[in-house]
Amino acid sequence: MTTDIINILLSGVFYASILFLVAAGLQVVFGVQKVFNLACGEFYALGAYTGVVFVKIAQGMGLPLLFSLFPLILAGLFLFFIGPIIERGLLRFVYGRDETFQLLLTFAVVLMFEDVIRFIWGTSPQSTPGVYLAYGQIHLLGAIIPIYNLIVIVSSLIIAGLIGYILVRTKFGRIIRATADNREMSEALGINMKSVYTKVFTLGTVLGTLGGALVIPATAAMTEMGVELIVMAFAVVVIGGLGSMKGAFFGALVVGILRAIAISTYPELELLLIYLIVIGVLVFKPEGLFGGSRV
Amino acid sequence: MGRWKMAYTALKKPKTWAILAIALFFIIFPRLGSQYVSYLILTFFGYAVALLGFNLLFGYTGLLSFGHAIFLAMGAYTVAFFTSKFSIFPMEIILLVAIVVSAILAALIGAVCVRYIKIYFAMLTLAFGMLFYSFLIKFYYVTGGDEGMRVLRPYLLGYELSAIPKMQFLMGGYYYYALVVLTIATLVMWKIVSSPFGLCLKAIRDNPEKATYLGVDVKRYRWYAFIISGAYAAVGGVLLAPVIGQVDPTLTYWTHSGTLVFMTLLGGFTNFLGPMLGGLIYIFLQDKVMSLTTYWRFIFGAILAFLVIVAPGGIAGVISSLVKKEKRDEPR
Repeated sequence: MTTDIINILLSGVFYASILFLVAAGLQVVFGVQKVFNLACGEFYALGAYTGVVFVKIAQGMGLPLLFSLFPLILAGLFLFFIGPIIERGLLRFVYGRDETFQLLLTFAVVLMFEDVIRFIWGTSPQSTPGVYLAYGQIHLLGAIIPIYNLIVIVSSLIIAGLIGYILVRTKFGRIIRATADNREMSEALGINMKSVYTKVFTLGTVLGTLGGALVIPATAAMTEMGVELIVMAFAVVVIGGLGSMKGAFFGALVVGILRAIAISTYPELELLLIYLIVIGVLVFKPEGLFGGSRV
Repeated sequence: MGRWKMAYTALKKPKTWAILAIALFFIIFPRLGSQYVSYLILTFFGYAVALLGFNLLFGYTGLLSFGHAIFLAMGAYTVAFFTSKFSIFPMEIILLVAIVVSAILAALIGAVCVRYIKIYFAMLTLAFGMLFYSFLIKFYYVTGGDEGMRVLRPYLLGYELSAIPKMQFLMGGYYYYALVVLTIATLVMWKIVSSPFGLCLKAIRDNPEKATYLGVDVKRYRWYAFIISGAYAAVGGVLLAPVIGQVDPTLTYWTHSGTLVFMTLLGGFTNFLGPMLGGLIYIFLQDKVMSLTTYWRFIFGAILAFLVIVAPGGIAGVISSLVKKEKRDEPR
C-alpha cells in the first residue's frame, strides 16, 4: 500500500515538475501581456525534440549517459531565440486587439510549429534510450524510485525558486510584477514596454522548452505532444489561477498527482477527472486558487 | 412592403444574383462536374450548417467557442449510433434526435459557459470539448474508442437506397437532400438574425452593459444563442457523417474546433454568409494544398496569422471594404 502511494506521489510530482515549467511560462506571459499562449505546447515539443538531438550529439562526443542532463538543459536554453522571433515577428501586431484575436494568433503559431517539427524530425517518435536508466534507482520503503525523476523534481524546484527570487528580489522581476498589475502606470513611469514584452515572452518560451527537454528521458518525443500538453497546461493554469506563479506551482501539483492517481487506478478517468476539476474550478472559483479577479 | 415588392428590390442587387448563381451552380454541379469535387462540396454542406450556428455565437453574440466541434461530433455520432448500433435508419428521425440531444447538451454546457466571457469562455468550451473527447475514447465499448464507429447509410425521406453504389448515392439523392437541409437551415438562421432576438444578440455583443441597462437579460440570450448554435452544429455533423463514413473522437478534439474558427475568420464573421464562404474556401484550399505538400498546416497557420493581423474581417470583410471604396470613389 505505501509502495503504491509513494510510486503515485513520485510519478505525480515528476509530471507536476514538468507541467510547472510549462505552466510557469504560460503564466508569466499571461500576467504581463494578457495573452494566453496556446503555442506553449509547441515550445514544449520543440524542447523535447531538440533535447534528443543535443543528447545524441553529446553521446557522439563521448559524454557518458549519466551527464545527459546537461545537454538537455542546454537544449532548453538554446531555444530561447524562438521567443523573440514569435514575439517581434507576430505577436506584437495584436497587442492592442481583442483577446480572442490574440488567442487565434497563438493558435496559428501552433499550426505552423506542428509542421515545422514534422518537417525537421518527421513523424516517428524520437527518444534517448538508456539515459533514464543510467541514472539508476533508489529503494524507499519498498518502492523503486528512478533517480532521474528526483533530479527533475529538484531541478524544477530550483527553477521555481529562481523564478521566485527574480520576481521578488530583482529589478526585472519588479518590472514584471508592475507591468502585470498596471500596464499604463508602468509605461507612464518610463518602462520600455516593448523590451519587457520581448523578454517576458522569451522567458516563457524557455520555460516551455526546458520542460520539454527535461521530460525526454522518461518518454519519447512524439508528433502530438504539443497539442496534448496544452490540454494539461491549460488545466493547470485554470486550477491555479491565470497569471499566478503560485497557481502554476499548486495547479501543477494537483494535476500531476491526480493524473498519477487516475493512471494507476482507472486509466480511463485520466482526462475526465482532470477536466471535471477544471470545470468545477471555473464554475465555483473562476479565478482559480490564486488568481486575480478577471472573469 | 409587399412580398413581391421586397423580392423585386432584392433582385436588383448584384448580391442577390451572386447568391442565386452560386445556388444554381451547386444544384447543377453533380451532373457536370467531377465526383471528387462533388464529394468536397458535400463535406462543405455539413460544415456550412455548423458554421451558420457557430457564427451566431461568434459573429452575432461575440462569444468565441473553442469547443464547438463537440456538437458537430454529437451529430455525427448520433448517425453512427442510430445506423450501426440501433439499426434505425430514417434520416429525419436521426436529424430530430440529434437536434434534441445537442440542444440539451448545449443547454447544460451553455448554462455553465455563458456566465463567462472572452478568454474564459473560450477556455471553458475548449475544456468541455476535450472532456467529451476523453468520454469518447475511454468508453470504447460503447463508442468504439479511438477507432470510432462506422456510419451506415440512412434512409432519405423513407427510401432505402442501399442498393445504389456509394458514390452514386452520395452524388445523387444525398447531395440534394443535404443541399435542401442547408437551404432550410440558412433561411431559418437568416430569420433568426433578422429578428428582434438577433438584434438583442448584436446589442449584447457590442455593449453588454448597455444591453443590460436596456433590459436585455444578457446571460439568458447568450444561453439561447449557445443552444441554437449547438443544434446547428449537430445538424452539420449529421450531414457530414454519411459522407465521411466513419466517426471518431478526433471530431471533437480542440483543433477541430479551431478549424471551425478558422473557416469563420477566413470567410469573414461580420457577414451572414461569410463563414460559409470561408468553409468552402478552406475545404478546397486544404484539398489543393494537401495535394502539393504534407506541410499544409504550416501554410494554413500562416494564412490564419495573416488573417488575424491584417484582415480580421476575412474575405467578406475585404470584399465589402473594396465595394465601399468603389462606392465612395464613384462620381455623385
